[in-house]
Amino acid sequence: MKSTHTSSLRLTRMALMVMASLACLQQPVSAQDAPETAPTAAELARPKDSAIGSDKLLLTGGVSALEGAAGGGLTPWAIIGGYGTRDQIGANAFYTRVGVQDYHLDDIGVLVGLFDRIELSVAKQRFDTQQVGAALGLGRGFTFTQDIIGLKVKVAGDAVHEQDTWLPQIALGMQYKKNDQGAVLDAIGAEHDHGIDFYASATKLYLSQSLLMNLTLRFTKANQIGILGFGGDRNDSYKPQLEGSAAYLLSRTLAIGAEYRMKPDNLGIADEDDWFDAFVAWAPTKHVSVTLAYANLGNIVIKDDQRGIYASVQVGF
Amino acid sequence: MSRLLISVLASSAFLACSWFAAPPTHADENPAPADPSLRPVFDEFGGKAGLDALMEDFMIALVDDPRTRDYFADADQKHIKDMLSEQFCVILGGPCSYTGKGMKEAHAKLTINEAGFNALVEDLQIAMDKHKIPFRAQNKLLAKLAPMHREVITVK
Repeated sequence: MKSTHTSSLRLTRMALMVMASLACLQQPVSAQDAPETAPTAAELARPKDSAIGSDKLLLTGGVSALEGAAGGGLTPWAIIGGYGTRDQIGANAFYTRVGVQDYHLDDIGVLVGLFDRIELSVAKQRFDTQQVGAALGLGRGFTFTQDIIGLKVKVAGDAVHEQDTWLPQIALGMQYKKNDQGAVLDAIGAEHDHGIDFYASATKLYLSQSLLMNLTLRFTKANQIGILGFGGDRNDSYKPQLEGSAAYLLSRTLAIGAEYRMKPDNLGIADEDDWFDAFVAWAPTKHVSVTLAYANLGNIVIKDDQRGIYASVQVGF
Repeated sequence: MSRLLISVLASSAFLACSWFAAPPTHADENPAPADPSLRPVFDEFGGKAGLDALMEDFMIALVDDPRTRDYFADADQKHIKDMLSEQFCVILGGPCSYTGKGMKEAHAKLTINEAGFNALVEDLQIAMDKHKIPFRAQNKLLAKLAPMHREVITVK
């Protein structure tokens, strides 16, 4: 069926080409069809090019995810961060705070997007245990600090421009994470104070529906994304985890959406739940964006049903 | 178990959405692929008269924008506006015929990179906003125009 369709299409095309060439033969040579003259200045015009640029379309650089990669708030997307096109370099910096009933997280980072192909990012997360630290004998306001270095490479597709294909934009990434509280992590049953997450992301903008979808498959040993170390007494092997985002574009500058992030459950003493959020992202210009979300982080160590506000500011180009 | 269910559902939804959103083929070089289902969008643009009015502000924006000025300042602006209006009219299922060139032919002599292409999209969005065209209707048109980046961008 398909081959018949293709061959009839080919025949039609051939017929059209033959007809077009015949039509050409019959057409008198007009002034417009005269031999080409040298191109004028306007014909050679191009924008003033600079490697530092912001010519991606608004919001198509995403926002900064918790671990520093461009994406939604909880999960990386296949897009390359910053507003640089395939000929440009973009960069941005972010500050994010997540506050739930019994903990808060401060998170800062920067990323560079190279030619819409490679993204390099660094982030520092500071997780404050507030009163829980005292309850656990670690001291009130005991903090875990984690440094993250990320690399993401776009391998296929174009999430924005390729509106007539099913192929999403696909990227592969890794995140090296190092936690500063090795002794405490050891005491709670984590096997390592550092680890590497590997992920593949697929992102597609369904422009005619004003909808953006992302799926990420992450292989990780991280407990609470690494804040409680890596691996544990229950499990110390890489497990695939699915993460997803859906965003609906309300205008050029405003998007709302929801995210889900599956997480492993490696520690016997501290059950770990999947994370959810619902967000609104606003980018009044390409240089500033603000993201607000309501996040449900489930159980964290001895405190269940942790919910609260995620707030993030990003500046860049 | 519920995790598995959620992931299977999410994956299927994503794949299904990808599959039904568009056929898995690249558009050929038809510069004005008519989509009769977009006729309501054509009406949201105010019909052919609305498109003609839109082109006036679109061209002003293109000449005003330093990233696109050089392509349009010395060109036959009336002809370009007429052709764009015809092209959009046909794409949106309107009662027009497109008498212009193919996208590859029309841009072959120009040096256009992705930044230039996106700049034009932004100027079009600003003009559509000015004409109070609903955002969802704008996106339905842009979804049809976006694949033309393959022919319009001449700097690979």
